[in-house]
Amino acid sequence: MDFTYTETQDMIRDTLARFLSDTYDFDTRQKFINSDSGRDPAIWTALAQELGMLGAPFAEVHGGLGGGALENAIVMEELGKVIGIEPYLPTVVIAGGALKAVGGAQADAIIPEIIAGNVIVAFAYAEPQGRYDLANLRTTAKKDGAGYVLNGHKGVVYAAPWATHLLVTARTGGGTRDREGVSLFLIEANLPGIVRRDYPTVDGSRASEIYFENVAIPGDALLGGEGTGLPLVEQIVDEATVAVCAEATGVMQKLHEGTLEYTQQRKQFGVPIAKFQVLQHRMVDMFMEVEQARSMTIMGVLKLDLPANERMAAVSAAKAKVARGANFVGQNAIQTHGGIGITQELAIGHYFKRATMIESQFGSHDYHMDRYERLVLAD
Amino acid sequence: MDMEFSPEDLAFQQEVRDFIAENYPADLREKQDEGEEMSKEDFLVWHKILHKKGWIAPAWPVEYGGTGWTPTQRFIWSEETARADCIRLMPFGLAMVGPVIYTFGTPEQKAHFLPRILSGEDWWCQGYSEPGSGSDLASLRTTAVRDGDDYIVNGQKTWTTLAQHADWGFFLVRTDKDAKQQEGISFLLIDMKSPGITVRPIITLGGEHEVNEVWLEDVRVPVANRVYEENKGWTCAKFLLAHERTGIAGVAASKRGIEKVKAIARTEVDGNKPLLANAFFKRKVAELEVDLAALEFTELRSLAGPNAGRGPGPESSLLKIKGSEIQQRLTELSLEAVGHYGAPYFRGFGEGDNEHPIGPDYAHRAAPTYFNMRKTTIYGGSNEIQRNIIAKMVLGL
Repeated sequence: MDFTYTETQDMIRDTLARFLSDTYDFDTRQKFINSDSGRDPAIWTALAQELGMLGAPFAEVHGGLGGGALENAIVMEELGKVIGIEPYLPTVVIAGGALKAVGGAQADAIIPEIIAGNVIVAFAYAEPQGRYDLANLRTTAKKDGAGYVLNGHKGVVYAAPWATHLLVTARTGGGTRDREGVSLFLIEANLPGIVRRDYPTVDGSRASEIYFENVAIPGDALLGGEGTGLPLVEQIVDEATVAVCAEATGVMQKLHEGTLEYTQQRKQFGVPIAKFQVLQHRMVDMFMEVEQARSMTIMGVLKLDLPANERMAAVSAAKAKVARGANFVGQNAIQTHGGIGITQELAIGHYFKRATMIESQFGSHDYHMDRYERLVLAD
Repeated sequence: MDMEFSPEDLAFQQEVRDFIAENYPADLREKQDEGEEMSKEDFLVWHKILHKKGWIAPAWPVEYGGTGWTPTQRFIWSEETARADCIRLMPFGLAMVGPVIYTFGTPEQKAHFLPRILSGEDWWCQGYSEPGSGSDLASLRTTAVRDGDDYIVNGQKTWTTLAQHADWGFFLVRTDKDAKQQEGISFLLIDMKSPGITVRPIITLGGEHEVNEVWLEDVRVPVANRVYEENKGWTCAKFLLAHERTGIAGVAASKRGIEKVKAIARTEVDGNKPLLANAFFKRKVAELEVDLAALEFTELRSLAGPNAGRGPGPESSLLKIKGSEIQQRLTELSLEAVGHYGAPYFRGFGEGDNEHPIGPDYAHRAAPTYFNMRKTTIYGGSNEIQRNIIAKMVLGL
């Protein structure tokens, strides 16, 4: 057993942390998230071309650093520490994960483009009626000659306004909630018939409602088998869920550190408020949640390669624990800051907002506890 | 002991229901349902209707414009207005400075200010907290120095709710630097249009402009606008803080909030069933209802029990703590209920923008409201301070 990081992994973390501390301070972030496009494209380019960071989980044969889920977790945790809105999750973790899983010509063509920073992918999976059920799909892809015709509505697609490509789940068969009949497609984002409504999200990113209106897509857009795509979708969403747990760990660590720092400066009744035992115990409880989030993230990473049921149980355990922890740490960071925590002026409130959205991303606490119970405690 | 309404109470309840049904403005209701931010005029339109009816200040003594209702009638009133989702009346005049003025003010102050509070002519704001004085309010540093018939006021206040609309503000200021902290404070009424006052917005997490910083630079305030004796302002402040806490349980509003959460959870689909049929979600709603019942009957005991009529005591801290926690859990449950559609940030309708917000109507304020309502365990004396009060005043620790 060994829980130490390799030299390469330490190098990835240190390089990225240094880069982000130079380029991603809170004021700079606020400036670009409030700009028209909502991002600074130069940061993505630098992550790709100066740091080679977008190659972290990819094989060397594709030009990557030869890593995997642990490297993704390292990157996501560092992005969490700066509440980064870079589309690493949908592009590298999710689309990259799908391409690695299917391999072949599609992987050979797209992965190098991801690594180079030329491709940004948004993951269009959620639908208004579907909540967190990945099979609850009304979007359809009908066979049409060598290709397909796509129709449907995808909701709250993070990073879609910036995307060159969309990774889309759709039905090639079966009824709305059937496990059979789900297919996964990687398509260009500007095909005729794709209509977007873009908007900001409460946690500082950008997203879109996407409507597919008789969109003709080529046959080679299909990733994996036609109608048998759900296990692949579940696998990449589990990988993404663990990556979000890693991001949460970074966010929670900063919420905790910010609270420690503030309570040592803020004086009331003649003393720093950190002297009050009720606040000390609260900050100890926050600390314990951060540590457990880190532990559960590592557990999730290490169990991603197990058979599907064991993998899903582990990921659900991690996400359920992290969701509760993010809720507790976020709320108590604000409470301990008092009024100033509720303003847009301090970074702490923005970390709280991201922590809140992470709680339900890829499934709420209840969703994951339910999945865990079904997998582990079934009669 | 009983909890039944008398025939007179039931008749009164019907009268209130009819009045609201006939008089509540339809366009205001529509704006509320759309979740739009309310303008000053929006807040005042219902106020003015109630003023005309003579129902604007049920809690005030009849001689100053109160309704003379029994505690039960006042309870019915707050229940019914919440049930009908009537817009909240601004508390700064009606519930805060009004009672201070009729309790401690001069005949001239009463004659001038009270009718204008009732009519809604003057919008009030509260100048209490300072950047360095939050929970430790008595450490406040804004000074007022006598200069003939005026005070000259200098300092900075913060968290001043809706000061951007205010005509008048009630301020705690230090008039004796050498006295013990709480003994050198005075209570001043300040015209917000006075030269030297600057109001600067503070934008909160949901994007709202609700609170402000107020800067006071050599602001001249007539001594005649001081309420009660010089250096005795803390007496007014304590009176007002206790007053502020009585309504803070928010039972009626939380009942309405639970109904809204249920309505969302009946509409939202989870698999092939409404979300409200999800056992985990349903249990959370049920737990909220149980906790709200406990809060309600604790409040009713304090309204109608043996200590009724003696004014709010330290037990009102219990109502504030439990009431604020319930309000927050409600917003948390709403956000959970709307699922993915908690994420889109709706900035309100711009000029000429009729495009519908993203997702269902009930979703687009869920996250901003959840963020915003974190304030309830902080304002009006944080819940930590309320627990200190209970420990000291109730438990004698």
